[in-house]
Amino acid sequence: MNEKELADLSEIARRIRIRIIRMISMAASGHPGGSLSAVEILTCLYFREMRIDPADPALPDRDRFVLSKGHAAPVLYATLAERGFFPPDLLDTLRQAGSSLQGHPHRLDTPGVEASTGSLGQGLSMASGMALGLRLAGNPASVFALIGDGESQEGQIWEAAMTAGFRKLANLCVFLDYNDLQIDGRVSDIKDVRPLREKWQAFRWRVHEIDGHDLRQISEAVAAFRRESGMPTMIIARTVKGKGVSFMENNVNFHGQAPNAQETAIALQELGYGD
Amino acid sequence: MATESLRGAYGQTLLKLGRENPDLVVLDADLAKSTQTMVFAREFAGRFIDMGLSEQDMVSTAAGIALTGKTVFASSFCAFLIGRVFDQVRQSVCYNQANVKLVGTHAGLGVGEDGATHQSLEDVALARTLPGMTVIVPADAIETAQAVEFAAATPGPFFIRLVRGNLTTLFGPEHRFVLGQAPVLRDGTEITLVAMGAMVEKALQAAELLASGKISAAVIDFSSLKPLDGDTLLRFARKTGRVLTVEDHSLRGGLGGACAEFLAQHCPVPMTLMGMDDQFGRSGKPEDLYAHFKLAAGDIAAAARLLLSRP
Repeated sequence: MNEKELADLSEIARRIRIRIIRMISMAASGHPGGSLSAVEILTCLYFREMRIDPADPALPDRDRFVLSKGHAAPVLYATLAERGFFPPDLLDTLRQAGSSLQGHPHRLDTPGVEASTGSLGQGLSMASGMALGLRLAGNPASVFALIGDGESQEGQIWEAAMTAGFRKLANLCVFLDYNDLQIDGRVSDIKDVRPLREKWQAFRWRVHEIDGHDLRQISEAVAAFRRESGMPTMIIARTVKGKGVSFMENNVNFHGQAPNAQETAIALQELGYGD
Repeated sequence: MATESLRGAYGQTLLKLGRENPDLVVLDADLAKSTQTMVFAREFAGRFIDMGLSEQDMVSTAAGIALTGKTVFASSFCAFLIGRVFDQVRQSVCYNQANVKLVGTHAGLGVGEDGATHQSLEDVALARTLPGMTVIVPADAIETAQAVEFAAATPGPFFIRLVRGNLTTLFGPEHRFVLGQAPVLRDGTEITLVAMGAMVEKALQAAELLASGKISAAVIDFSSLKPLDGDTLLRFARKTGRVLTVEDHSLRGGLGGACAEFLAQHCPVPMTLMGMDDQFGRSGKPEDLYAHFKLAAGDIAAAARLLLSRP
């Protein structure tokens, strides 16, 4: 990734953050913290790594993305809108009655959403199922997914981890948004999910650990996934919950709380909205 | 009367469908020998996935595979396929409108000796509440084969509830399952016995007992739990004025509940609901358990007489 590409992607990530803050603020509800922590991951996937066509969301050999931590719907919606899957104006209707943007992603409502998610743990199994289905069909597409660290406390995550590892799903690449915060506090205080690398390796996954806000590292990890074969890939992405907005960073209160008018103004100013 | 295994019919039908449809995929959770998906697995190893003892993962994985364009059957015992994984059925399968067919075996008291943990008595109630879910409870092997073929040919989520043991064969090979049409197995004028699954043959026996006492009882095989055959139910409620439901399932939310919901709104008539009343099952031989829980043919006939004696 050269400097120009990095600058372009960084600018897209900034715009996505602005869209996230604006839509959650307008909706007066939603999950800003875990949306902001995943901005670079989705930016890199949707604007650089995944084979997708916004004009043809049902392209048979498109790469798939499953947001297993479905409460981060705003980052998915902002990214899809920015990428051209639907008009950005729609983002203003988030969570409102009659809107096609549900509080958690619903594939039947929103173009580009591959799986309806929200109840934690299920998205990884669905992504693993997609990878199995594509492999059965001889389809070369890859499946990407994003899970949370709190979500990793769900038993189903480890059932799916065992399936994908045992079945050698080399077409499955999963990011772990490792921000160490969940609703009730620090993941490491509530039910520590560490050691993560050792766990995923024990489940027969190839593991990369990266800075989840470094677009180059994200891209390199995906490139490694594309090169490698024989097992699924887990990319443990160290992230900061609320990344990009000073008072939201590492602040558990912004897991599932919308900013008020004053906070929104400050957040947008910090993100250079209107510049 | 000849009896046949519903599970056996399921396995054989999967095999037939597998030969016809290369996009058919079958999942099981370490019960392939019991559910009979093993019959499919032997011929189509590449399209059979044993998920091991991971029912949650199996159901969500089935949804994921289905979202790539496959028709997916997933099987286990009813207790683990619906009860244990209700949220996965609700969100991964139904909310996604995934083309997944959940075929549960070992439903109800017919499980027998394994006892309450394995005797699913709530699955119909649970499955029936889910938007977009079709619920079928076949009463014999022919109806099972037909229902499985119908489900395979029809997009969307299905739950098909099968029992462990053999059941009397009620239909000829020419029978065609039609969704939302409840076969009337016996006409009658004084009371209507509405039954599902293993209780259908018992309702027929009860009708014989009643006939020997000069009581004319109709018997309906209510295999289409959802969508429900309101027309047939309404016709017989009006004609006989008394409706008795009997099920190998909880009284709450199952066959009796479904019929009562409908008739209360369209044609209230005196009803008796027979089934499991706020209780778990127990170990024992199935026939002994049906007797223990007052679900034998004689119990049904006695309850029918009592219902007829009501003003």
